[in-house]
Amino acid sequence: MRRGFVPWADPNVRPLVRFEAVTRRFGPTVAVDRLSLGIYEREFFALLGPSGCGKTTLLRMLAGFEAPDEGRVLLGDEDIGRVPPYRRPVNMMFQSYALFPHLTVAGNIAFGLKQDCLPRQEIDVRVAEMLALVKLDGFAGRKPHQLSGGQRQRVALARSLAKRPKVLLLDEPLAALDKKLREETQFELMDLQARLGTIFVIVTHDQEEAMTVAHRIAVMDRGRIVQVATPPELYEHPNSRWVAGFIGDVNLLEGKVVSADADGLAIEGTNGRYRAAAGGDAKPGQSVCIALRPEKVRLAATRPPLPAENCAGGRVHDIAYLGDVSLYKVKLADGSVMTASVANANRVTERGIGWDDEVWLTWAPDAVVVLAR
Amino acid sequence: MDQTKAARGTALGPSLGSSLGSWGARLVVLVPYVWLIAFFLVPFLIVLKISLSQTAIAQPPYVPVLDLAAGWRGITDFIAGLSADNFATLVSDDIYYLSYAKSLLVAFVSTAILLAIGYPLAYGMARAPRRLQSVLVMLVILPFWTSFLIRVYAWINILQRDGLLNQTLLALRIVDEPVAWLASDTAIYIGIVYSYLPFMVLPLYATLEKMDETLLEAAADLGAPRWKAFWSVTLPLSLPGVGAGALLCFIPIIGEFVIPDLLGGSDSLMIGQTLWTEFFANKDWPVASAIAVVLLCLLLGPIAIYQHLQTRNIERVG
Repeated sequence: MRRGFVPWADPNVRPLVRFEAVTRRFGPTVAVDRLSLGIYEREFFALLGPSGCGKTTLLRMLAGFEAPDEGRVLLGDEDIGRVPPYRRPVNMMFQSYALFPHLTVAGNIAFGLKQDCLPRQEIDVRVAEMLALVKLDGFAGRKPHQLSGGQRQRVALARSLAKRPKVLLLDEPLAALDKKLREETQFELMDLQARLGTIFVIVTHDQEEAMTVAHRIAVMDRGRIVQVATPPELYEHPNSRWVAGFIGDVNLLEGKVVSADADGLAIEGTNGRYRAAAGGDAKPGQSVCIALRPEKVRLAATRPPLPAENCAGGRVHDIAYLGDVSLYKVKLADGSVMTASVANANRVTERGIGWDDEVWLTWAPDAVVVLAR
Repeated sequence: MDQTKAARGTALGPSLGSSLGSWGARLVVLVPYVWLIAFFLVPFLIVLKISLSQTAIAQPPYVPVLDLAAGWRGITDFIAGLSADNFATLVSDDIYYLSYAKSLLVAFVSTAILLAIGYPLAYGMARAPRRLQSVLVMLVILPFWTSFLIRVYAWINILQRDGLLNQTLLALRIVDEPVAWLASDTAIYIGIVYSYLPFMVLPLYATLEKMDETLLEAAADLGAPRWKAFWSVTLPLSLPGVGAGALLCFIPIIGEFVIPDLLGGSDSLMIGQTLWTEFFANKDWPVASAIAVVLLCLLLGPIAIYQHLQTRNIERVG
C-alpha cells in the first residue's frame, strides 16, 4: 500500500481536498496567509510546525469551525468554505477528545449516526464494528470517566470514524499519551488509515510523529507552507535553513561558492574548503549554507590524509550518551560548534574519545545539502 | 470514587500520626455536628414534643411540662400526657390540607417560571465575553445588598392601584382602568419569582459556565445543528445545575411566609401563613408545631433528592 503511493507525482490525478490561496485573519494577525495545498485520496497527510504557525487554523477550516476570509476550500468540486461543520463529510478527533461525559462509550460513538437518523439496528451494528476496530469490545457501557487516557483516545477515534467520513482530521491526537503508548498508537493509526483508505490529516508539532505516520508532510511557519514533501525528502533535501533546522538536528556551515562544475560545488568557508556533490543552481561568488546531518559526520582522533576538503578540526566540547548513539559537540577553530552522532554499535564502557580531545570531523561530498535560502 | 477515597486518606493520614493532630482532626469534624445538634436537632425535638402536647392557658401555653423535681413520677406523667391529637386535627380540618396543597402548587409553579426565566439568563451569562461575566454575576447578586423586606415592600408600591405597573399599562393604553394586582396569586408569583431568581440563576450559571465548548464543536462536527447540540449535549450536562437551582428555590418557597403575607390575598393561605396564624393569632403552639413537623416531613423528600444530586456531582468531578 505504502510503496508506490505517489499520486502527487502524477499530473493527471486531482487532489480531493484543495486549499486555493486561502487567508484567515484574527484581528491584526494573519493565521493563514494565501496558502494553497492539495491532499489526495487515500493520503495520510501531516501538518507540522511550531505553535502558532496556523496548522490548527487550517485544520479547523477543513472541519468548518473557521471560514476563510479569502480563497477557497474545496472538497472534490464543491466549495465548502461556508458549509457549516454539521453538513460536511469530514470528522475531527479533538486534542482533548471532547467525549460527551453524560453518554456511554456506545452513546458517544452512536452520536453522529443518530444525527443522520439511521435505523437502530444499523447504528448498533456500526457501533459494534467501531468498537472492534479500536479494540474496545466490552467497553460499550462504560462512561468516559471510567476509562484510561489511552482508552478515551480510542473512543474519540472510533466516534470520529463512525460516520465513515471522507476526511478524518486529527488535532494532536496523541499529545496526551505517554511516549510508549504514543509510538504504538502511531503504528495503529497507520494500519487503520491504510485499511480504511480515508484521508487522514493530522496536526502535530512532533516531527517524529509526522515522519512516522504521514505519506507527506507540510511544514508550516507563520501561516505559510515552507515545504511539502515525503518524510525522507524533507529530511534529506530540506529546501531552506528553516526546514533543515526544524526537522531533526543539523549542522549549518556558512560559505561562499568558489567554483561550480559537473562534479558539484567548491565552497570556501571559515573552517576550510567544502565540496558538495550537488549544488542546485548556486553560482560562483554566491553566499550559501551547507546543511549536514550529525549522523553523516565521521569523527576521528587523528588527522585524515590530505586533501583536506570537507574536513574540520576541533576540540570535544560536550558528549551526550543517549544509549543508541552518542552525540559529540565539537568546537571548531572559528568558535562554532558542530555535532557528530556516533552509533554505539558495540557496548562501550570506555570511550576512545573524551572531553577536550582534539578530533577531526570529515564527511562525504554527497552528504550535504546546499541551501541558498 | 477511588480518587476521592485516596484524597480522604491523605487528608487524614498525617493527622493520625500524632495524638495531638488526631485530636485536632476530630475536633474539626465535630464542629458541624455540634452545630447541627445544638441548632437543629434539639430545637426540632422541642418542636416535636410541643406538637404532641395540649394547649393550656399557662406559661408556657401547653401541657404536659416535664417536671424533673417530681422524680420518676414526673417522667411517667409527662409521657402519659403526650398525644397525637394535634395531628388528628390537621387531618380533620381541611384548612390545613388546603394550605399544604396551595404551598406545593405555588412552589411548583414558581419553580417552573423561575426555570423558564433563569435558564436563558444563566445561559446568556455563560456565553457572554469573559470580562463581562463577573459584572453580570455581580448584577445578579446586587439585589441582596438591600433588605429583602424593603424589596418586597417596593413591590407593594409597584403593584398597588396607582402604582408604577398600572401607570405604565394605562399610559401604553394596554388597559383602560387600573388592574388589582395586589392581594392576588399573581402578586405572590411576581414577588417569589423576583426574590428567588438569583438562587436559580447562580447554580445554573455555575454548571453552564464550566461546560467545555469543544463538546459543542464535537457535536456540530458529528452532524448536530446548534439547537440539536443544545438539546443533546448542553441540556443534559446542565441537569445537575437545573436540579440544584430548582430545589434551592422549591424547598424555601414551600415555607415562604413574608411574600404571600405582604403581596397575597386572604382567601387562600400558604402553609407558612397558616402556621403563623396558629402560633400568634390563636396562640395554639401545639397545632403550629404539628404543622411544622408535617412540613418538615414533606420537605425531606426534595432535600434528600438535592443531597443525592450534590454527592453525585462531587463524585463526578472527583
